[in-house]
Amino acid sequence: MIGIEHYVVVSSILFVLGVLGIFLNRKNVIVILMAIELILLAVNINLVAFSAFLGDLTGQIFAMFVLTVAAGEAAIGLAILVIYFRGRGTIAVDDIHRMRG
Amino acid sequence: MIHTIAFYLFAVLLIASAMLVIMSRNPVHSVLWLILAFFNAAGLMVLVGAEFIAMLLVIVYVGAVAVLFLFVVMMLDIDFAELRAGFMKNAPLGVLIAVVLFVELFVGLVIHGAGELQLGAADGTAATIEGRSNIESIGALLYGEYLFLFEAAGLILLVAMIGAIVLTHRERTDTRGQKVARQVARRPEEATVNVKPEIGKGVSL
Repeated sequence: MIGIEHYVVVSSILFVLGVLGIFLNRKNVIVILMAIELILLAVNINLVAFSAFLGDLTGQIFAMFVLTVAAGEAAIGLAILVIYFRGRGTIAVDDIHRMRG
Repeated sequence: MIHTIAFYLFAVLLIASAMLVIMSRNPVHSVLWLILAFFNAAGLMVLVGAEFIAMLLVIVYVGAVAVLFLFVVMMLDIDFAELRAGFMKNAPLGVLIAVVLFVELFVGLVIHGAGELQLGAADGTAATIEGRSNIESIGALLYGEYLFLFEAAGLILLVAMIGAIVLTHRERTDTRGQKVARQVARRPEEATVNVKPEIGKGVSL
């Protein structure tokens, strides 16, 4: 029988893969954004699994809000990427130090 | 039995496609693997009885976010080979951190399984309504207790939309568009002149 542990392990693996994706593709902002989406997906799986196994729908409501924020974040991130590419002709993150941050 | 098989099928496909998202050479392939990952996550959520979130995942992620990614990847003319230069250099540190992170998460799970941690139980105020489907229960909760948060989520999307438009919109100066305000404001006095040139002389414009 599949229990909550199975879901937690799957979502942990997914979360760790997302973090690994950020490290492996340090230069490619598009893949970094996709890795962030993977991390948020892992969080959503966790929330939904706990919600279902505890019999409490609050987790699913919260997963919906996470989904909202993820969609907004992807839109804004890709918009920033497009204007950055327009100005520089590349998207390599290594040389994003225009703001001297 | 079929439940177990379906769980392992979705879980293995989810993890495999997540690995291919971060490993692919071509970001277009990454986006396509991301779509497969979202579909499998939706399958996992259906298995656990959360149909509404699963369908939302397919509609929002596959229908909107992944297509947005695909648009941007294909629109920008990027040399992807150059961006992969540090891939192998960063791999050992990344794998190390990933392994440490996973072990930590797993240790937490083992400790919880051993009964050392008490997470508490649901108080039943947000339980599924008896005899109603998942989506009806979520709707009752969302338009009741969480109404203001729901509207705040709508506001977040509005701000994201306006922000994306403001960021990417640019005034084109190389095109000659119609400027209605200037046309309306134009008067005959400033647009025409009446000159009487002498015979044989030209008119200077």
